[in-house]
Amino acid sequence: MNFLLANLLSEPVGVAHYMVVGAVLFTCGIVCMATKRNALGVLMGVELVLNGANINLIAMGSPYLQGENATLGLDGQLMALFVIVLAAAEAAVLLAITLNFYNSAGSVDIDQADQLRG
Amino acid sequence: MHWPSFFFLLFGGFACLFAVAVVLASNIVRMAFYLVLSLAATSGLFFLAGADFVGAMQLMIYVGGTMVLLVFGVMLTSQSPFVSMRTSSGQMLTALVLGGTLLFVLSFTAFHVPAWQPTHRPAVDPNTPLLTATPIGMALEGYRVDQLDQPDPRIRQGMSGYLFPFIIISVHLLVVLVGAAYLARAKRRST
Repeated sequence: MNFLLANLLSEPVGVAHYMVVGAVLFTCGIVCMATKRNALGVLMGVELVLNGANINLIAMGSPYLQGENATLGLDGQLMALFVIVLAAAEAAVLLAITLNFYNSAGSVDIDQADQLRG
Repeated sequence: MHWPSFFFLLFGGFACLFAVAVVLASNIVRMAFYLVLSLAATSGLFFLAGADFVGAMQLMIYVGGTMVLLVFGVMLTSQSPFVSMRTSSGQMLTALVLGGTLLFVLSFTAFHVPAWQPTHRPAVDPNTPLLTATPIGMALEGYRVDQLDQPDPRIRQGMSGYLFPFIIISVHLLVVLVGAAYLARAKRRST
């Protein structure tokens, strides 16, 4: 692990460092989605996962982090913009579903959303 | 002291710290607050990587829009039994073990791809500011002003911008918001 933390303050960071931050956010989002019982907690997990993906896209497209002929260019940033917009849409739908579920079942506990179970 | 690395450690550390706090907090209001801080630190990382427009959009849409929506949902449903719902420690332990394994695999992979390692000769000097708002706006209109010097004409043909995806997500967002408003409307009693 010495290559990870050695001289991190005096050496430039690379795409790999950004990807580790993205991986931490992604993992936290997955664990959040898996363990939270509140439906809004699951929504927060989804937001974290999308942000981890966004960090990866931005890092791959950044010309500060990579050498010549290796960057994704502007495409990474455009994809990140699309992800942000889709995340906003997804949050709106999930919030509407949660409110509907809360009105009909009187709870936001996703363990109780089992009426369709055969 | 290499200042970009210092600020990367600062913002990345905050983003990771508050993401972990989202997982570990059991109060839904605190989770929303930690998520706001994590997303704001992420936008700092975007600015640091030279994506100024996307960073500003992250702050405005995510932190300003989506989180308001989320907090609105939290307030509407925060009856006392739902504010703090705990998971059983067995489930939490399983999720943490699996998550730790996933994190190890992802980090291990990221540090063993040669193209992703730190470079001392980046494509653009770190002291040169990148102005991305105009090229992004032109790309969304269908003109890739950043790819005009692409030598291969066949590749250049495929880089005709993002006008079609832009229209698709615009209509998608409109339809989704109308549908969400329809789904979440107040039900009128039939009797």
